[in-house]
Amino acid sequence: MSISQQPKAASNVLQQQLQQAPPSGGLRYPSSKKTIYDRNLNRTRTSELSRASFAYLFIEMISYAQKRAPSVSDLEKRLNASGYPLGLKLLDLLIYREPPRSALRPTRILALLQFVHTTLWKHLFGRPADALELSNNSPAEYMITDNEPLVNAYISIPKEMSQLNCAAYVAGIIEGVCDGAGFVTESVTAHWAEGEDIWPGKTIFLIKFKPEVIEREGILKGGTS
Amino acid sequence: MSYYFAIIGTKDNPLFEHEFGTSKQGGDGIARFRDEARHMNQFIVHSSLDIVEEVQWGSGQMYLKTIDRYHNNHISCYLTAGNVKFLLLLSPDTHPAAYTASSNTQRPSSAALARQTSSSLAANPTAPQTEEAIRLFFTEVYDAWVKNLMNPFYLLNAPVRSPVFRGRVMAAGKKYL
Repeated sequence: MSISQQPKAASNVLQQQLQQAPPSGGLRYPSSKKTIYDRNLNRTRTSELSRASFAYLFIEMISYAQKRAPSVSDLEKRLNASGYPLGLKLLDLLIYREPPRSALRPTRILALLQFVHTTLWKHLFGRPADALELSNNSPAEYMITDNEPLVNAYISIPKEMSQLNCAAYVAGIIEGVCDGAGFVTESVTAHWAEGEDIWPGKTIFLIKFKPEVIEREGILKGGTS
Repeated sequence: MSYYFAIIGTKDNPLFEHEFGTSKQGGDGIARFRDEARHMNQFIVHSSLDIVEEVQWGSGQMYLKTIDRYHNNHISCYLTAGNVKFLLLLSPDTHPAAYTASSNTQRPSSAALARQTSSSLAANPTAPQTEEAIRLFFTEVYDAWVKNLMNPFYLLNAPVRSPVFRGRVMAAGKKYL
């Protein structure tokens, strides 16, 4: 008796819900009538997320990519690609959140890298990155160093894949920010720092700009000085 | 005054278009472009993209003010952080007499309204009040734009089809222009 009643009750609830839903709304409008346009973009204080849930999601992302990737470099490429659209969107959001006076589009490489090193890092990880350097090899290469990347906190790399650095995901975010701001990059890659004793997880993000970006930078420098 | 607003993506592809008329000085918010002007608007806005590229790296400001003019059309530009361009074409009405007559029949109090609001938006497109009104319009649209970007299903450079977004642009146009 009671077993047969339960599904009936459940279907009644479902029917009620269906009747309550606005007839014209469809899927476009949420039942609370609050669309994405009604939300505030400045919820910075309560925007911290649980680290455990991030780690869980991130590990799922890695295993999803790993199932489809034949090699380590391909796996890193896939992680990079999943971070890329995030960077494009974070660029606009974070500049929108700057106080109105300093909400400027980055037009020079240094301003852009400062933005990545400080604003972006603070938003993502709650602290600025540890170093920002120009590479000795080429004027088109810059390095951002993180001593202890949050994304790698719960990841141990098997021996046969020792080259793999899952911070490739963060590299993808950086690439998205640079490309979105009009500084087209050749590539942004994450590498383990070699010969590091104090910080075993130290990661270097190598940013390679395309030659035309460097050329434009030269012209801008000449114009203002 | 009639307005043509377009959002242009990073690959010079149009993402969003909207036409509206002034709501100040007793206007009814309906664009009064002549039929042959409608397709010309797209050409004029498209050709001004060259000028956007010239001034883009000069300063980090988002609002680039009036960047181009063609006959009596003025084009204002706002460049987002992600280098998406908001372009607004202002076209003063060619037949002001017909325009006030038609709005008078719809709204009896439009003359009184015009006196109240005439200081907030001057009739000529080069006045500093117009510049400021356009800045406020762009800022409001940018707010909606960032929210649109936050949609995880929205890919950059995809056309914006959301009726809510269009409603926001219409409301901003009505409020400031």
